[in-house]
Amino acid sequence: MSAVENLTTKQNGTHKGVKLPIYMDNHATSPMDPRVLEAMLPYFTQIFGNAASRNHSFGWEAEQAVEKAREQIAKLIGATAKEIIFTSGATESNNLAIKGIAEMYKERGNHIITQVTEHKAVLDTCKRLEKQGYRVTYLPVNADGLIELEDLKRAMDDKTILVTIMFANNEIGVIQPIAEIGKLCHERGVIFHTDAVQAVGKVPVDVNALNIDVLSLTAHKIYGPKGVGALYVRRRNPRVQISAQIDGGGHERGMRSGTLNVAGIVGLGKACELAREEMATEAERLRKMRDHLKAKLESNLDYVHVNGSMEHHLPGNLNMSFVYVEGESLLMGINDIAVSSGSACTSATLEPSYVLKALGLGDDVAHSSIRFGLGRFNTDAEVDYVADKVIDIVQKLRELSPLYEMVKEGIDLSKIQWEAH
Amino acid sequence: MAYSDKVIDHYNNPRNVGQMDKGSSEVGTGLVGAPECGDVMRLQIKVNPDTQVIEDAKFKTFGCGSAIASSSLATEWVKGKTVEEAMQIKNTDIVKELALPPVKIHCSVLAEDAIRAAIGDWKKKNGVEAAAGTPVSATIG
Repeated sequence: MSAVENLTTKQNGTHKGVKLPIYMDNHATSPMDPRVLEAMLPYFTQIFGNAASRNHSFGWEAEQAVEKAREQIAKLIGATAKEIIFTSGATESNNLAIKGIAEMYKERGNHIITQVTEHKAVLDTCKRLEKQGYRVTYLPVNADGLIELEDLKRAMDDKTILVTIMFANNEIGVIQPIAEIGKLCHERGVIFHTDAVQAVGKVPVDVNALNIDVLSLTAHKIYGPKGVGALYVRRRNPRVQISAQIDGGGHERGMRSGTLNVAGIVGLGKACELAREEMATEAERLRKMRDHLKAKLESNLDYVHVNGSMEHHLPGNLNMSFVYVEGESLLMGINDIAVSSGSACTSATLEPSYVLKALGLGDDVAHSSIRFGLGRFNTDAEVDYVADKVIDIVQKLRELSPLYEMVKEGIDLSKIQWEAH
Repeated sequence: MAYSDKVIDHYNNPRNVGQMDKGSSEVGTGLVGAPECGDVMRLQIKVNPDTQVIEDAKFKTFGCGSAIASSSLATEWVKGKTVEEAMQIKNTDIVKELALPPVKIHCSVLAEDAIRAAIGDWKKKNGVEAAAGTPVSATIG
């Protein structure tokens, strides 16, 4: 292969005071807040003890730090410290919750309810359980990306042990009716787990007000370190039990063995504390920036389509399709901006986003989608730069697009017999 | 995803973008791919009726950068060739020239299909027998 270079490393520099490249993919991961790093640093070389060491001060200090973090996390979601179990991240939390509950309550029933736009960490876990004899119902979503509560009601039967529905979607930012789902579950005595990775720290989450029994969260989506997450497990009304999926020294009340990642846990705790203090102002700022981005794109381009309900939506998310422009070619043109696309060409499987398809969007619209993920460190100037650049490249690519030309000439693309390959 | 310099060059400076009169007997049009698959190419050739030399070529492509580059390159390559010579262009030549990775080989296949479909259309218009296996263009109807 000839000289190949990575586009993303090419466009460094500044443009009118905006530092390039711009990171606007905060649903994938977020940069660590320097205040989080500062809190973590002593726990690598100075306070390095094993939090399970009961016989010396090194262990006690580490344990103290872990217990403080537990408090910080619990406070953010309205839980108590004892209800927080540390894990390696949300994928592990989701696995532990779903498999652990399925195993623990198998005498009571074998039916699990989830929905189609969940993260693969939930969907693939459910699929594995199906192979083991569990019955899984995958609820559909409407065009807005929301499940219908009536569907959930209808799906519940006397064998249902678990409902697992995400709080907010990672692609389209749509927030499910969590309080109503929680209420339904509690009325029927069904355990309610939610993958709240995208919601915690972004929108208010209170496990008691929302009747959540088990909740997954992770540090790296809220300006904390990668490789550390937590699972909230309700201790009263009802007391939820989970079968351990990792055996060993019996850490974390036996639910998750393994020496605790003390520095990471300190980082998660600090990230939660900052989120709790700054969420209200930050959400408002992100919402304004997101709305500005949306308005600017919509007023300068035709055939744009917002994916997912804007009413029930994370403040920092915008998922938009630029119809008649293929997503990967758009990403190539805006290579000084880090965003994601639902285009097949950007995925390993060459399939367009299953989330967008679940909304009933055609593959062509899914191929044209871009996810903007605004975060704590984005600025107004960056948003303007991104909007201008996207408008410019979409216009250029539409000059190249036979579909755009045909539509402009009044040809109905659905009447064409395409030679699919 | 990393792109070769040549793909980037064709993406930034696409050659021969545009359209020619579909109705002209000298023009052959190939429209291949499908929006649901994420790529559609329209390649047109203008053939000198006396010499059968392709004097001009135009394209428009909806697709990824590699699809745009493959069709842009195809227009460059067919220009100046006779129709029969252009039929010899292989997708593997495009893969080689653009250093396309395996996941992008279908883009080169589509470009080869577009060339053949355009030539097929021109042949049909001019009463020349189309070779067996020639890809057909999408039809509006």
